[in-house]
Amino acid sequence: MKDKEIGKINFSTIYRKYGIFLILIVLFVSSALINRNFLKPANLINILKQISVVTIIACGQTMLIVSGMIDLSAGLVCTMSACFSAGALAATGNVPLAIVVGIGIGLMTGWVNGFLITHYKLQPFIATLAMTNVAKGITQIYTNGQAINGVEKIRWVGHGNIIGIPVPVIITLLAVIFVYLLMRNTTLGLNIYAIGGNEKATIASGINVNRNKRIIFTISGGLVGLSGVVLMARLMSGQPSVGSGYEFDAITAVIVGGTSFLGGIGTVVGTLVGSIIVGLINNILNLLHISTQYQLITKGLLIAGAVIIDVKTKGLKTKS
Amino acid sequence: MGTKDIVKLEHIRKVFPGVVALDNVNLTLQVGKVHGLVGENGAGKSTLMKILSGTYSTYDGTIYYKGKETYFRSEKEALEKGISIVHQELNSIPELTIAENLFLGREPLKYKGMIDKKERLRKTQEVLEYLELDYNPNLKMKQLSIAQIQMIEILKAISRDSEIIIMDEPTSALTNIESEYLFRQIKSLKEKGITIVYISHRLEEVFQLCDDVTVLRDGKYIGTYSIDDVTQDKLVSMMVGRELSDIYPPIDKSYNETLLKVDNLNSKNIFENVSFELKKGEILGFSGMMGSGRSEIMRAIFGLDLYDSGQIFLEGKLLKNRSIHESIKAGIAMVSEDRSIYGFVGPLSIKDNIVIPNYDMFSKHKLLNHKKIRNEVLKIYKRLDIKAPTIDALTETLSGGNQQKVVLAKWLVRNVKVMILDEPTRGIDVGAKQEIYKLIVELAKQGMAIIFVSSDMREVIAMSHRLKIISDGRIIGELSREEAEQELIMKTIVEGGF
Repeated sequence: MKDKEIGKINFSTIYRKYGIFLILIVLFVSSALINRNFLKPANLINILKQISVVTIIACGQTMLIVSGMIDLSAGLVCTMSACFSAGALAATGNVPLAIVVGIGIGLMTGWVNGFLITHYKLQPFIATLAMTNVAKGITQIYTNGQAINGVEKIRWVGHGNIIGIPVPVIITLLAVIFVYLLMRNTTLGLNIYAIGGNEKATIASGINVNRNKRIIFTISGGLVGLSGVVLMARLMSGQPSVGSGYEFDAITAVIVGGTSFLGGIGTVVGTLVGSIIVGLINNILNLLHISTQYQLITKGLLIAGAVIIDVKTKGLKTKS
Repeated sequence: MGTKDIVKLEHIRKVFPGVVALDNVNLTLQVGKVHGLVGENGAGKSTLMKILSGTYSTYDGTIYYKGKETYFRSEKEALEKGISIVHQELNSIPELTIAENLFLGREPLKYKGMIDKKERLRKTQEVLEYLELDYNPNLKMKQLSIAQIQMIEILKAISRDSEIIIMDEPTSALTNIESEYLFRQIKSLKEKGITIVYISHRLEEVFQLCDDVTVLRDGKYIGTYSIDDVTQDKLVSMMVGRELSDIYPPIDKSYNETLLKVDNLNSKNIFENVSFELKKGEILGFSGMMGSGRSEIMRAIFGLDLYDSGQIFLEGKLLKNRSIHESIKAGIAMVSEDRSIYGFVGPLSIKDNIVIPNYDMFSKHKLLNHKKIRNEVLKIYKRLDIKAPTIDALTETLSGGNQQKVVLAKWLVRNVKVMILDEPTRGIDVGAKQEIYKLIVELAKQGMAIIFVSSDMREVIAMSHRLKIISDGRIIGELSREEAEQELIMKTIVEGGF
């Protein structure tokens, strides 16, 4: 605690609270100056639409990372949900059923991940890595590697509007609000921070940490399932090859959004902003006709930068 | 025989946020002498030694080493120049052998950078023989006792040709026999011309081992004396600086009603036949060394650890379905000996830490009642006089004493009947200690039953109605407060210790 006066506001707290918004504003203004197409409403709405699926996954990922866990299977579970949801829709033509199937698959895999982690004490990294492969395999068997079509009825979810705002964007915002309220106002929410901050002390306070972890994983899984439904609706088909890598995009949004990988610190609002920042950068690079290879490099640098700031600001506190 | 100074520390001052840890401290070490460094917890002993051994590189004042003004930027630099520290917490790697540990990071090499295992073995044998130790250098560290591990740490220092070895509370985890063994080794080191700084709060050891002794109190230099010129009493009064009655509040009589009954609690290889009763309003002291099983017993009673057999009754009712949650619900609370691990969540606010064990009070249908939380937390925050800017301050930014108050506040917002306090004053400053003592007495007066575990004999005697003595996982005796005080005085007179 060398450089830190008791309770004094320091760089770490300021960055965590406002830094991310500052970065967003700076990016927004400079993007607007660089390219005049950027500010067009259609473009801005497009950005939000593009980040919708990943942001929904990132909401769940925020809960997991704040509580000291992670889900590597999110991307392929999203794919699996999308394909099964598409399958259900193609077979029955029932939209609510398709949505329930998609979300249900997410909930189920989330619960299994949580069970492996709490019952068999697997590291979240390992358990969800295993789940990644299982989900991929099941998806391939189910779809036979082919896209599932005949999902015309879900068009509104992927392409509809409510007072001019695309439905996927609204779903994303609802997911953010849901997780925000959950993390802020419920006992589970406080437990998420407590488990990530100091698991042993949380146990010693009488909290059933394992049960909480299973619930967190299940809710996060449900959000992944929802993202799968949105993905399917946006693509208007169940695509067995789309979704892999989304978990890392989601984790990127969480980290850029100021959530600490060490656990105990972070908000879903930060994650939303982090996701928008990533979306913005991709968008402006697109508008400038810079190829995807360079976009990948930018994203990589962004992750490294965010983590360096995380470690540096944390370091201020722990170095003694 | 003339003496030669090897180290001179002058006017050392070290400030941590909010605390002056050391203020104008001097220390002179002479070649081949054992120098005792004594003082209460938080007096600045360890901080001073961390400056001498290069761990802390920012401080005011001057270090003279072998007559020259010196500045150690890091522990490594001090080590290279011949100053080693054997820490309270030993840091060896259990899966490695003695030889591997001794030469970790400086393995003898042969052709092409391969480790020369034969040479390493030979060198290890050499240092072992130097101290006449007959350990097998191929034993793994995990097979050794704590005293033996400590010896290996000391060997490490010797094999680096250290001229000064600092030992920070080396006997705190040792049995008496192991301590005796260590003392013999220290004496033989001394004969070999090695200078030793010996930090301990056990005065009998200081009198047994040291040539000179320096007293620190609250970060200030009190004085350096030849061991022949001081008495135990004089040292104590210099360390404490005030009458004992000023520190410990008088305790009230306890009630007659039995609140907690522990009946024949057993946990294989950890503790056995633990039985005792605790009355309403009573403070029951548990005294024993680290590793005696005292903390394990408490953890089992609270529900943090499982036990094999035995029963626990609260207000005559058998406690079933043992879990922490059930204990809390029944009215048992525990302040653990290691508060940063079990006590609080560092990156959470004071407020949130207080809420977590008390959801039954602060939430309805899993929804937090922020208004009630704020009101109740503010009340306890004021009552315990927690020093922080607001109740939203992160707990990890507070001082040790205030962190401990947060841990107490977690329990005091609810109706606790039995409070288990395991080393509640460890590592906190004297002022905060006094506040905690007062609080304990006040709580007992209100009818709370308190278990007070401490390795500080003076503290535990002054604070308890009765005292249970724990050794090797058993309760080996009980003393009333009067008997304990008598015993303490006797011990002080006969053995020179407290």
